Amino acid sequence: MIDFEYIRATDLASAVGAGAAASTRFVAGGTNLIDLMKLDVERPSHVIDINDLARRDPSLAAISELPDGGIRVGGLARMRDVAWDARVRERYPVVSQSLLLAASGQLRNMATIGGNVLQRTRCPYFRDTAMPCNKREPGSGCSAIHGINRTEAVLGTSERCIATYPGDLAVALVALGATVHVHSPNGQERALPIANLHVVPGAHPEVETVLRPGELITAIDLPALAAARRSLYLKVRDRASYAFALASAAVAVELDGRNIRDARVGLGGIATKPWRSREAERLLVGKQATEQTFRAAADAALAAARPQRDNAFKVTLAKRTLIRALTEVTA
Amino acid sequence: MTMYRKPKPPRRASLGQPLDRVDGRLKVTGGARYAAEFAVPNVAHAVIVTSTIARGRVKSMDTSAAEKVPGVIRVFTPFSAPRLPGAPKPGPHPPSQNAGAAQGGGPQGRQRQGQGGQGPAARGALSMRVPTVLQDDGVRYNGQPIGLVVADTFEHAREAAYLVRVRYEYETAVIDWSTAALNKPEDVHPLGGERTVTRGDVAKGLAGAAVTVDHTYITPLENHNPMEVHSTLAQWEGDSLTLYESTQGITSVRNTVARHFGLTPDKVRVVAYFTGGGFGSKGGPWSHETLAAMAAREVERPVKLVLTRRQMFGPVGGRPRTEQRVTLGATSDGTLTAIRHHSKSTTSTIEDWVEPATSQTRMLYECPNVETQYDLVRVNVGTPTFMRAPGESTGTFALESAMDELAYALKMDPVALRLKNYAEKDPESGKPWSSKSLRECYASAATRFGWSRRTPEPRSMRDGRWLIGYGMATATYPARRAPAGAVARMMPNGTAWVRAGTQEIGCGTYTSMSQIAADALGIAPAHVRFELGSTDMPENPASTGSVTAASTGSAVHDVAVALRQKLVQLAISDPQSPLHGAIESDVRVVDGRLTAGGLLGKSDTFAALIVRNGDQPVEVTVASRPGADAQQYSMHSFGAVFTEVRVDPDLAIVRVPRIVTAHAVGRILNAKTARSQIVGGVVWGVGMALEEETLIDPRTGRYVNADLAEYHVPVNADIGTINTAFIEEPDEHVSTVGAKGVGEIGITGVAASIANAVYHATGKRVRELPIRLERLL
Ligand SMILES: Cc1cc2nc3c(=O)[nH]c(=O)nc-3n(C[C@H](O)[C@H](O)[C@H](O)COP(=O)(O)OP(=O)(O)OC[C@H]3O[C@@H](n4cnc5c(N)ncnc54)[C@H](O)[C@@H]3O)c2cc1C
Repeated sequence: MIDFEYIRATDLASAVGAGAAASTRFVAGGTNLIDLMKLDVERPSHVIDINDLARRDPSLAAISELPDGGIRVGGLARMRDVAWDARVRERYPVVSQSLLLAASGQLRNMATIGGNVLQRTRCPYFRDTAMPCNKREPGSGCSAIHGINRTEAVLGTSERCIATYPGDLAVALVALGATVHVHSPNGQERALPIANLHVVPGAHPEVETVLRPGELITAIDLPALAAARRSLYLKVRDRASYAFALASAAVAVELDGRNIRDARVGLGGIATKPWRSREAERLLVGKQATEQTFRAAADAALAAARPQRDNAFKVTLAKRTLIRALTEVTA
Repeated sequence: MTMYRKPKPPRRASLGQPLDRVDGRLKVTGGARYAAEFAVPNVAHAVIVTSTIARGRVKSMDTSAAEKVPGVIRVFTPFSAPRLPGAPKPGPHPPSQNAGAAQGGGPQGRQRQGQGGQGPAARGALSMRVPTVLQDDGVRYNGQPIGLVVADTFEHAREAAYLVRVRYEYETAVIDWSTAALNKPEDVHPLGGERTVTRGDVAKGLAGAAVTVDHTYITPLENHNPMEVHSTLAQWEGDSLTLYESTQGITSVRNTVARHFGLTPDKVRVVAYFTGGGFGSKGGPWSHETLAAMAAREVERPVKLVLTRRQMFGPVGGRPRTEQRVTLGATSDGTLTAIRHHSKSTTSTIEDWVEPATSQTRMLYECPNVETQYDLVRVNVGTPTFMRAPGESTGTFALESAMDELAYALKMDPVALRLKNYAEKDPESGKPWSSKSLRECYASAATRFGWSRRTPEPRSMRDGRWLIGYGMATATYPARRAPAGAVARMMPNGTAWVRAGTQEIGCGTYTSMSQIAADALGIAPAHVRFELGSTDMPENPASTGSVTAASTGSAVHDVAVALRQKLVQLAISDPQSPLHGAIESDVRVVDGRLTAGGLLGKSDTFAALIVRNGDQPVEVTVASRPGADAQQYSMHSFGAVFTEVRVDPDLAIVRVPRIVTAHAVGRILNAKTARSQIVGGVVWGVGMALEEETLIDPRTGRYVNADLAEYHVPVNADIGTINTAFIEEPDEHVSTVGAKGVGEIGITGVAASIANAVYHATGKRVRELPIRLERLL
């Protein structure tokens, strides 16, 4: 960890103003950023603590109703508060579950929603400065492609990077089609679909989102969506708790009898960004909720998978995870 | 008001009682001080710089940027570090040389002393361990210490450590253990044993078998990862050194560090009042103790050195990989005709260390024809070492999996197969067991588990979607006792101070030793103040290999008995004592009050005795050592582990809802701490079976999952019920207190029991640990 300047922001305008400077990072819960700083992976010269912003403007950490029946979650709301919110649990079970199956109780008390969706990959080579990594040091090479790559991605990869997006919540959010609200340094607010927030690595693995320097996530809107009530997050991992997903599925389904009227599918643990599978959704909508339908959807979801030496099992596992999630959510 | 005085409840001996830990309160309130927590004025902080290649030489190190970081005091490199007169050269050396030196050059250095990995020979090996303390420019694994930064704060030292630029001369590292060259047979020296041990004729035994099974089992590289990372605080006063140290063995740390600096051991004092887990990785010193002491001497300030979690992977040992081929032959009624067990394991290129995985195979079952053999491959990784039940943990996975495979091949119940081959005496030495209650263990655990409900066909038991599997395995670990000393003193207030230079590594030593002393003296445990953890106390063995209860326990017992005797004699010879003239053997002591059969109504107390002694405490010192019994008997603990697993057939998720155990480990000193040892071992066994593996990058030898987010050990949610029981069998052949030790045995047999249950559930035999889900998908 290098010496850095620590700034406690008190209002949004100065936070985003300062945040736009080079080598500057916001810190919210700090559970990802500080960790990476200790490992010398993140080396900001300035760290802006944004926690006090919520004191000035409580809506930044609040969970509130939207007029259309959706729910707005403040960017500084803690994972724990969102996970246990009665409205979220009732109307968006997939969101609550994705949070409760993530990290640990202690981490969920600290970590924020904004920080959570922006958490960085757990690729071990990214987290070890002794090893080349295109994401950390553009052009240095990818150590994972010919290295130990059991936990790496099979979807959305490139020759430059196969690092998995590790978070759970964002997988649920892309499935639901949530909207991210961003406050920009020029004072503007902008809103974007969460599916557009993260980008696949392509030729530039160092670019992970479309956020510009200084842009701060102020809120995330969960849309009014009939399917969301019948939703579920299934996470498969190496131990029963406190581990990142090897494969996960966020599913939401609206049924008409056994007929699938609407379906949303997000996949986690297997892709370079929170993955929404429209291919799977297309094969579900209008069909009967049968194992055959689910199987076809799962095959379609993983059709583009490009496994590596150690992670070929993820293709099978992800399909079965999705089939199981769809089976349970339509049961 | 009652007419009659209630009779006092008979006073129960404190030994065996589930006494709460006497240090529990200190621990949960932060009052227990660990090595890095000693407040030493003017302390400087050191951070180790580690290599980023696995093999080669350090050509140069540019420390200029590091030295510019504010607060940096000094950066040590292989080129600038002072030469230490007694630091051993990295090897590997012929172990004969090591063993001889370790045993003080005595002729017994090479003798086979006790089975398993932690006999006396093992202790010798520990004190000859080869550290990497900047004495040469060689790099022998990725993550090896190659430099040290000392600064005013930990943060400055760490920042500077990242800024040291290293240029290397690369050599091709040997990483792949499967293609690495085997040591020549004459260069394979398992601790305390021979490479190949045979009895009878295995080929003949196999020829006469109706059924044989022959498979290879693999256990991965693992790293200990106790909660408390290794840490040292080094402080010099003149040419005397004090080390506050996180260790399981203060004596070996003292002796080794003294030797590195060319000092006599009395110049070094090692203090370890609490150690936050070690599991073998703190059995003896590594590099950081000497590095901290070296830095402290050079910068003329106390130096604190705390490893990072990443540095727990490589510089402080781990379990080596093993590849074990087990061949069993049996007649159709299940009688074993042959056992062959060959184990190949990895070591570093610095030092040879053999995982003693075949020890249990020579003694666990009656069988006339047995052959065990070791092979070793040197790869560019950190030196392996003892890790919870070294040998028996990995070895029972192979042997007890193979026994399960044999049971299936014979269509025989796995418990019945084991009973069929029950060894009534040690089949290796022919000696009688000092005690053995394994039959009772099988019966107790099987009954409590409900083994009779098991239908043997794989995939024949289900609960809804879940496949259910029942599996079992035998647990075993040697019982050993080493020389130990203790001093005890009766104070004027009637409390006793007892001291022994042992260690508290979380096992409950403070508590059980207080109980032993209390009973032997005839006072309440609360009136005993037991102290440990300093080399100026009587010498005791390292807290490894389950020796503490038997060794230190016997010394504490003996010293308390001697003190009681001295006090009783003082009383009966003191004209002022109410017990003056009583016969010694008539004197009883309860709660510090002395009474004598012949002197009704008269009593004296320890406190009064000392007051009459002019307030002079009475003190006794003893040195206690194992007697001739160790030669006459074969001494082992035994147990049985029964496991239920549930496997999701699609997602290959394995859950372990319950494990039922029974162990016979001699007398139980404290029912609570003993149970905790078993539970801890079983939990680790679950991790060993399903989760633990250190991953090494195949090209660079870099430790890949070097943190606790990616190196998985069980979390609470992984653990169902663990139902333990002890078969009490006080064993006075092993130790005066009748205890055999309970630290290591808990993990043995667990991985096999789980793997066997997974086979029963799924029909898939997984012979490579951990049983990750892709191995079942
Ligand atoms: C051991 C461990 C296990 C874990 N397991 C899981 C798991 O199973 N599933 C899972 O999903 N997560 C898991 N996590 C990750 C955890 O959920 C994240 O670390 C956490 O959510 C990050 O939130 P934070 O507020 O602490 O972020 P910080 O560390 O404060 O910030 C993270 C990043 O986001 C940026 N940032 C923060 N807030 C904002 C904002 N409002 N606007 C713009 N930028 C912002 C920061 O600059 C930084 O780059 C685990 C973490 C650990 C340490």
